Amino acid sequence: MNAQTRTEMRELSYAEAIREAMDIALASDDRVILMGEDIGVYGGAFQVTGDLVEKYGTDRVMDTPISELGGAGVAVGAALTGLKPIFEFQFSDFAALAMEQIVNQAAKVRYMLGGSVSVPLVMRFPAGSGTGAAAQHSQSIEAWLGHVPGLKVVQPSTPEDVKGMLLAALEDPDPVMIFEHKILYKMKGHVPEGHYTTPIGKAAIRRAGKDLTIVATSLMVHKALAAAETLGPEGIDVEVIDLRTIRPMDRETVLASVRKTGRLICVYEGVKTLGVGAEISAMVAESDAFDFLDAPIVRLGGAECPIPYNPELEKAVVPQVPDILDAARNLAKGRI
Amino acid sequence: MADAATDTNTPYAIRTYSPQRLKDALHKMFLIRKFEEGAEDSYTRGLIHGTMHLSIGQEASAVGSCMSLSDEDKITSTHRGHGHCVAKDADLGKMFAEFFGKETGYCKGRGGSMHIADPSKGNLGANGIVGGGLPIAVGAALSAKRLGTGAVTVCFFGDGANNEGAFHESLNMAAVWKLPVVFVCENNRYGMSTSTARSTAVKQIAERAAAYSMPGVTVDGNDFSAVTEAVDAAVARARRGEGPSLVENMTYRWRGHSKSDRNRYRTKEEIAEWMERDPIVAMSKLLVDHKILTEAEVGALEEDAARVIREAIDFAAASPDPKIEEATRDVYTEGAAA
Repeated sequence: MNAQTRTEMRELSYAEAIREAMDIALASDDRVILMGEDIGVYGGAFQVTGDLVEKYGTDRVMDTPISELGGAGVAVGAALTGLKPIFEFQFSDFAALAMEQIVNQAAKVRYMLGGSVSVPLVMRFPAGSGTGAAAQHSQSIEAWLGHVPGLKVVQPSTPEDVKGMLLAALEDPDPVMIFEHKILYKMKGHVPEGHYTTPIGKAAIRRAGKDLTIVATSLMVHKALAAAETLGPEGIDVEVIDLRTIRPMDRETVLASVRKTGRLICVYEGVKTLGVGAEISAMVAESDAFDFLDAPIVRLGGAECPIPYNPELEKAVVPQVPDILDAARNLAKGRI
Repeated sequence: MADAATDTNTPYAIRTYSPQRLKDALHKMFLIRKFEEGAEDSYTRGLIHGTMHLSIGQEASAVGSCMSLSDEDKITSTHRGHGHCVAKDADLGKMFAEFFGKETGYCKGRGGSMHIADPSKGNLGANGIVGGGLPIAVGAALSAKRLGTGAVTVCFFGDGANNEGAFHESLNMAAVWKLPVVFVCENNRYGMSTSTARSTAVKQIAERAAAYSMPGVTVDGNDFSAVTEAVDAAVARARRGEGPSLVENMTYRWRGHSKSDRNRYRTKEEIAEWMERDPIVAMSKLLVDHKILTEAEVGALEEDAARVIREAIDFAAASPDPKIEEATRDVYTEGAAA
């Protein structure tokens, strides 16, 4: 087995891939610092920073007080004045405490100041349900931030992408918000060694197909792929697009797929109404791809309620593989 | 006669700064006053839309707090920030152009009164959110410490901000990390209409410093020398690596909170009483008493400031508006993935 093959075979978990990206960034650029709650000796609530503090010290892997607003604002100020902070929210839900600094300051300061400054800030948000942590530790709030000009919002779904997108975010002069689904942290996958970037704003076609397009985000990409495997033998050939970035959205990849298949299902975990799927649907409806649609667009999103605690309820309120199967079969058979 | 440089009966500013620096300081105070009056006049004549927050009466706090800062040192400012910009050597023409919404303004007409900034002078900007600049100032101080620049950040905020969570989180982090930042509270007694007596559990905001284990002092914010003495000491402490301080400048805004203010929460007598304590009159007297300027020279400085402001207004009025088709420029950095 040659070295190249060994590299290709290498697998890391999603959490390990993030840590490797941060390790590369800390080693190569003195301006990079990590900030967050319990990211030092504790290693982060999800063990993403792990033992980086041992390698880089507490000046560069900084435990903040439990002060989300202040901490986020310090990261904004540091980014404005020469540092490149990577700020970890312990749970994405806690970003609600810091919305002032994210939305009114980080996102807007470049525009408000006529382009004379930039905010090279990366924020990481452990997101999503499925951990039994209930309503204040399980939300999918990416659409909130996706609504804010000035921010870039990404949802990597694989270990390879999360490493590449984090490194791309660090090279980006503008604030990049990275939503990491907590269920993905332990997922293993191929991760290239060393430094590479995965472009922000480009979707990935995870499975080519001709009958139906599923545009999915984050964990839902994997559910869509599982559904597609079941649907293939039934004669429904599904194309699965991993959106990867919700702002700016990759319009061309989505429209090209819809022109080809004529059927579209959007699958996302955030609350269905006014969510990512609404934007994808509108994007198609407003374009020439609309003329290629053979059936109405279907959105599968989160239910209109907070995430419940009971495990069966928790599963029921976000799209699952059987929901995708039902929607795809109905759509393919002209029942919608 | 005792040597002014060593006689402790001589006010700090006179002992510390050269006659030229003191003349420049008074000139800046006149510039602020004339800027605000020019803004008010332009608004009345329909040349400015939107709102504005004037700092007439607070000039000693703005100028005095920046005396020991260089262009490398940073400030963060507030919605009442015109004076801080002038104190940090902003170009008056670009300030007025921004006020007029022109392409030649500091923010190319995108920011207006509440977002004027000049990063080249270390001015990280005014802020439309009460308390918004506090954590940003701490971040700037973190950069200075990490990058070893030796720079200090002066964080201006009003009495209203002291009840925001951002204030408490920021002071705590600055103290925990021993950062080179000076929190300068401009206590003008009212957060919009609500007095500090009705909004704030402590009598003086400087008392809050004790909760964050940092020095806190209250000074007469209309006394240039007192402001300078307190802030200079805090800046020096920060530069020595000894951490943050809180200085509370007691002052008063002569005008209302903004254009919508009907002054129903304070009396004419109170306003008149504070107008008697005009910081510019006091500074002029200080410099005349110490034979740094004659009355005539004070008058000449005021006239020169008025001329600068007239020219700034003319520049702004003659400047082009931004192009409509460029309304979405500078949301993102050009050339980056977007």
